[in-house]
Amino acid sequence: MTAQTVKKLPDLGPTKKLKLPKETERKLPNGLTVLAIRRPAVPLVEVRLRVPFGRANLARAALLSQTLFSGTAEKSTVEIAAELQSVGGGLSAGVDPDRLMISGNGLVSGLDRLLEVLAEVLTGAAFPADEVSTERSRLIDRIQVAQSQPSHLARVALLKRMYGKHPYAVQTPEADQVRAVRPAQIRALHGERLHPAGATLVLVGDINPERAIDAAEKALGTWNGGGKQADLPPVPELVPGPLTLVDRPSAVQSSLRMALPAVRRTHEDHAVLQLANLLFGGYFSSRWVENIREDKGYTYGPSSGIEHSEAGSALIVAAEVATEVTGPALLETFYELGRLASLPPKDEELEQARQYALGTLQLGMSTQSGLASLASTYAGSGLRLDYLAEHAARLAKATRDDVAAAAARYLAPSQAVTVLLGDASKVEQPLRALTAVERA
Amino acid sequence: MARRSRIPATKYPVERRTLDNGLRVVLAPDRSAPVIGVAVVYDVGIRSEPEGRTGFAHLFEHLMFQGSENLEKLAHFRHVQGSGGTFNGSTHLDYTDYFETLPSNALERALFLEADRMRGPRLTEENLRNQVDVVKEEIRVNVLNRPYGGFPWLKLPPVMFDTFPNAHDGYGSFDDLESATVSDAAEFFDRYYACGNAVLSVSGDLDIDGAMELIERHFGDVPARPAPQRPSFAEPDLTAERRESYTDPLAPLPAVAAGWRIPDPVNDFAGYLPYVVLAEVLTDGDASRLVERLVLRDRTVTSVGGYIGFLGEPYEVRDPTAFLLQAHLPPGGDSDKVMRTIDEELDRLATDGLADGELARTQARMATHLLRDTDAVLGRALRMAVLEQQRGEPALLNELPRLVGEVTEAQIREAAAALRPQRRASIEVVPGAGA
Repeated sequence: MTAQTVKKLPDLGPTKKLKLPKETERKLPNGLTVLAIRRPAVPLVEVRLRVPFGRANLARAALLSQTLFSGTAEKSTVEIAAELQSVGGGLSAGVDPDRLMISGNGLVSGLDRLLEVLAEVLTGAAFPADEVSTERSRLIDRIQVAQSQPSHLARVALLKRMYGKHPYAVQTPEADQVRAVRPAQIRALHGERLHPAGATLVLVGDINPERAIDAAEKALGTWNGGGKQADLPPVPELVPGPLTLVDRPSAVQSSLRMALPAVRRTHEDHAVLQLANLLFGGYFSSRWVENIREDKGYTYGPSSGIEHSEAGSALIVAAEVATEVTGPALLETFYELGRLASLPPKDEELEQARQYALGTLQLGMSTQSGLASLASTYAGSGLRLDYLAEHAARLAKATRDDVAAAAARYLAPSQAVTVLLGDASKVEQPLRALTAVERA
Repeated sequence: MARRSRIPATKYPVERRTLDNGLRVVLAPDRSAPVIGVAVVYDVGIRSEPEGRTGFAHLFEHLMFQGSENLEKLAHFRHVQGSGGTFNGSTHLDYTDYFETLPSNALERALFLEADRMRGPRLTEENLRNQVDVVKEEIRVNVLNRPYGGFPWLKLPPVMFDTFPNAHDGYGSFDDLESATVSDAAEFFDRYYACGNAVLSVSGDLDIDGAMELIERHFGDVPARPAPQRPSFAEPDLTAERRESYTDPLAPLPAVAAGWRIPDPVNDFAGYLPYVVLAEVLTDGDASRLVERLVLRDRTVTSVGGYIGFLGEPYEVRDPTAFLLQAHLPPGGDSDKVMRTIDEELDRLATDGLADGELARTQARMATHLLRDTDAVLGRALRMAVLEQQRGEPALLNELPRLVGEVTEAQIREAAAALRPQRRASIEVVPGAGA
């Protein structure tokens, strides 16, 4: 280039100490835990209600979440929605194998109304036959569309390989199962499982925490405290074996998925494993992304991350790669996993990952919605946000040796469960050159 | 029933400056969290790319991350993330943005990184070929390897518009992408990436004097280059209905999208804003007109959405743009019938007006969405940068909830009345997957 003065990268300013928001907490007599955090940045409030829902029937639970706001004895779907809207609010429900989550937000001036509507559906959702029928058809259509999405198909195949007979092995219902669900079954599931025991309500925003909790107690204090709980068995260990190849004829890309062992948030290896994952593929400036995207151009958005569920955690590696480079992309993935599991990382790449982990912790807490989701997620692991101080300290003191040991323990490619969805007629031979393959 | 919820507002202080080289700067301090958002927005987008070079604005966005005057390839990513931050860029119809969110102790570093690429990216054959490959994979993920890829944002413009800038595929054809050269890129940079054609916006944990000093230090010596003349992309409105359809081999169910031209978002904001509100009256949630009618009552669609502009950003687009409705249909669904019902509901709205409280509750919910968008430092920085670039009015960010709240029933009725079938362009997805 031309003879310009070379400019030097400016140093960072002094690191600001991690400031954790104050969480105010009260456990109501009916078993509901309420957590409130004041962050007055904008005049809104964020709401997250997490109710344990493990082992619930998939089809019934999915339809319950889609019809929870579809009317009570007094109000129709439209009336409920209009009432929420009138205070700038919105609420929606979703389920996964661990919990039912109701999340939403609204103008903070409408918090009382938002909580009242929430209480009305929690105690009095009627699941009217007509509305259930509408939502059942919509859900069936959505399942049909999901089954044409490569990301969904790859995930279904991966979960099956990872979890065998564990309830996590299947996380989405089939259309026929949904078709068979009757309103009475949803009502029964509601009666059995939608209870405050073990549930956590998080409120974050321009609130006075004590008063917000009072409002929650007023609205939700009479929510029924009974109901049954279901414990999930711990997840089985991953059983590595041949790569599972799922045929998707004429796919122009292959969906590569791998699962590796991981530990819970409360485990002493959690922070070092987070760093090891970052070094491998957990952020853009990782070895794997720099290799298969920025050097080779095989893919657009490869990612690897640790998924924490109630019954266990796993490290999931995912990339969509061009069909013609499927073999080479798998080779580079094995190589980068193997390299990290076998050789210690360099100081500067560890420092870079450490700064990223610490910095993004700050970013994640800088919005009301981010803070609410974080508080709710941690509550789901039985943790409070003050745990982040401990976690940050662990991130700060992790050494190269610690990260190398974690990588050897968790990232070794020999332990991986691997699934690939793609055009088998084009990719099977290249894959067989690298590893044993079985057809799904 | 309460007549209306009081619509709250934000009061972010907004400071506007212009450097001697023509770079416009917008600052919005807010010290409630130790983080900053930094955005640089260039006044060039999909509409400005040359014929035979579809997808070039987006490809060029990728090249801006491939090293610059003092930075090797990969250095930008590593410096941002190694400072605890996140980054990205995106290409829109009328602008291209580059941005970071970082802990506030990295402010100077972020400014350095943006200034360095504003002086000039490292354009090499190797990086170009690499990023053409990456962009092709991006298009495969988002368009070619999934059902409903590019629907309707890539599929409806060619039905609705006649001129290349408005009608062409902004992701680009593989042929065009592969034909791109380093000299195309150098020319594109020279023409459009002038500092006079850019806005720098910083929001969050900063003080104005300190930030301005750093901005002068890093951007002050970027050579002054004036903004190119922006051509008019105007096209006449439709005078007869246009309808097309295509088979999506991966889609299991039918879908349809329709668009109508609307007033100029920048030069006729007062005439435009009612359409933004109308989209929400029609489709925001279970109490909205079209969800109630089509989804809940008639069950002729499984979902319906309404929004402004092909990328769904009502305050970040220039003329010509569109009011859009899109619906996904159940198996065997009849899109003609759906369109007739939409016409009927628009007529009903135009003729009978709104129910008591219907407009106020829609506006209250819109206020929540607007406030929520700007709670993130980056959301604020980006929106202010574009408001500065397109309107010279970044503080409009603070006014939007109020302005949305002032739209009247008469304006909504008038907007609904203007969405006539003969001004409509629509595109239907015929399911090609075995259903």
